[in-house]
Amino acid sequence: MTLSAATLQIGDSRTEVVLDNISRTQIVMYAGASGDYNPLHSDEVYVTQVAGYPTVFAHGMLSMGATGKVLTDWVGDGRLTNYGVRFVNQVWPGDSLTATATVEALREEGGRHYADFTVTTVNQDGKPVVIGTATALVDP
Amino acid sequence: MAVERFPVEASHIMMFARAIGDENPVYTDPASPEAAAFGGVIAPPTFTMASSQFDPDNALRPRPGQPWFGSAKEPSGAEVVRTGRLHAEQHFEYHRPLVAGEVLTVSERDGKQWQKESKRGGTLSFEEKFFDYSNVETGELVVTARFVTVVPSQVPTQG
Repeated sequence: MTLSAATLQIGDSRTEVVLDNISRTQIVMYAGASGDYNPLHSDEVYVTQVAGYPTVFAHGMLSMGATGKVLTDWVGDGRLTNYGVRFVNQVWPGDSLTATATVEALREEGGRHYADFTVTTVNQDGKPVVIGTATALVDP
Repeated sequence: MAVERFPVEASHIMMFARAIGDENPVYTDPASPEAAAFGGVIAPPTFTMASSQFDPDNALRPRPGQPWFGSAKEPSGAEVVRTGRLHAEQHFEYHRPLVAGEVLTVSERDGKQWQKESKRGGTLSFEEKFFDYSNVETGELVVTARFVTVVPSQVPTQG
């Protein structure tokens, strides 16, 4: 399923819970798959006794990866042309992340149609953790 | 993080998709109609980060016989890989979908550097780097990644 520009309006949005009650194991899964084994994300002894944090925290790229789901579930597979975020707050075990994508612009360029989105992911307290933008190729 | 050969494999993509909580069959099931439409499973938007698995110099991977700064029974006492550099932003440009079975090569380019004043972190020094992911056989550019890192002049308060 792909989106069509004709059915989209500026301001249309989609919201999805992309990670619910993040477990420490989920963070370990991300370390293992991505190759970022920084002990800040998995090693309680290191993170509390050496690095001085209250506990382990998720990789920023785990939040960005999970946030991508609200975009790809909406625009369809393999349709993104750009996706970028700023990391604005840390994500801790037990957090739940809700991502919202909103259509900001619809444009035609070289005979192709594009939709521009903003995307914001918040934790269970409504505090933003990643804020970004994305562009997808859409049908006319 | 230049990587000579980054083989993009279906089971690696499946593990990565599970890790980000997105079990879309286009990522996890090569036999699904979703994946068949692309000739194989495709990579989720942030998958190219996993090229660090193929980076021989990845300082954030423990290696046999070398000191590791994480703990075992107790803190290791090994020198910590601590640069004070934080990941501030991450951007991707997709030139086409990335399909399992291809081999990429990753090259690194320097971008801009700039500074900004902040109440929490003092002077923030930003640095931008670009990574070009190209098909090793055809040279075709598949994904461009732009990393922005920041080093604060003072340790920001925990937010």
